[in-house]
Order: sequence, then C-alpha cells, then structure tokens
Amino acid sequence: MIKVQKNDFVVADEYLRLAGDNQDGAIVTFVGKVRDFNEGLDVQGLSLEHYPGMTEKVLSDIENKAREHWPLNKVTIIHRFGNLTLGEQIVFIGVTSPHRKAAFAACEFLIDFLKTKAPFWKKELTSDGSIWLDAKASDNDASQQWHNKLT
Amino acid sequence: MIKILFFARLREQLSTDSLTIAARENLTTELIRQQLAETDDVWNKIMSPDSLLVAVNQEISDWYQQVNDGDEVAFFPPVTGG
Repeated sequence: MIKVQKNDFVVADEYLRLAGDNQDGAIVTFVGKVRDFNEGLDVQGLSLEHYPGMTEKVLSDIENKAREHWPLNKVTIIHRFGNLTLGEQIVFIGVTSPHRKAAFAACEFLIDFLKTKAPFWKKELTSDGSIWLDAKASDNDASQQWHNKLT
Repeated sequence: MIKILFFARLREQLSTDSLTIAARENLTTELIRQQLAETDDVWNKIMSPDSLLVAVNQEISDWYQQVNDGDEVAFFPPVTGG
C-alpha cells in the first residue's frame, strides 16, 4: 500500500494492518520524524513538496524492486507532504515477511531508495529563515551500496 | 505542445511552476534545457545542468531523451525526502 498524504498517520493502525497474516513471522517498521537540528541551525519545522503522479510511480517501483529481492508479504509506504512541525512524523515504512532478515533488509532498502529516488523536497524553517535542503552524499552512498550488493 | 514543470528551489527561483512550449522535430531534454536557459540571466543560472534533474512523463531521464508532442517534462533539484 502506497500513500502520499497531507494528514498524519497512526502507527498502531498501520501495524494492525500489517500484522494480520499468520504466514508472516516478522514485521519491521520505520518512522522518520522532523528533528530539531540540521547543520547547526535550529529547525522549527519543514515544508515538504512533491511531484504528484511521479511520486506514487517511483514508490511503487521501489516496492517492486524490494519484492524482487526478498520474500515480502505486505508492504506499506506512507509519505507526508505540506507543512510539518517539530517532532511530527514524515514517513512510515512497514514490511512483513516469513523471515526476520528479509524484513529488516527490505525496510532499510525501501527507506534508502526512497530518500534518493522519490521526488520529495524538504524546505527547513529555521530561526534564520527558510532553506531548501541539499541532497546528502551519504544518502546517495547508502543507495549505491544496495545497488552494489544486489547486482 | 509540451508541458514543462518546475519543482522546489527551481519553482521558487523562476517564480513559475509550469509553462508550455511548442513541440518540434528531434527535440531532446537537453535542447529544452538550453532553450529555457536562454530566457535571461536568471534562467541561465538556474537551468545550468549542475545539480539539475529531468523527468519525462514522470520518469527520471537523462539529457539525451527525445521529447515528443504531448509529453510532460519536469526539472527539479536532487531529491531530499524521507
């Protein structure tokens, strides 16, 4: 299930949706939040923009890629857009699998690829004004490592 | 016609989120980029190929991709979601 939405999500609800199948021995979830610092500046919130249409396509491609590499049953990807304040949830990734190692790996793969492929852009609202974030080399490295590992 | 979209920093710096250009033979993503860069000094700086990504019909592309009538072309900076 892929959702790109303004509204917040409730982790307990998403967990219950993932947890229904007895064939799954493992559920791994990840939540990304708005944190209060970046490069020494006080972050008060975020504004998140995305490319409607392309975002959903890319997330669906990433899910399909993960399914090619690991035996996954359910996959949930939720990403919010719009204005978010400090501490708010930004992104939810949840995967279920018969096996724990596959679930851990797929969850990490999904967030690493989302960060470098999905067309979202963060603008940080700081005490010094608002600033578009630059892409991080470390995020590209994480994505590239998966590429090397899986091919 | 070809629909052109701009996102994030580009959209703000160019003060526009979309425009249309006429289709023509042998048009590519790179030729569209050059055409837009020739608008004025501001566009020239912002549409420079450094740290600029392009998507055609909502798929990430390169600068050699052919662009046809009715296509949607988007320019944006490297992504920062998650």
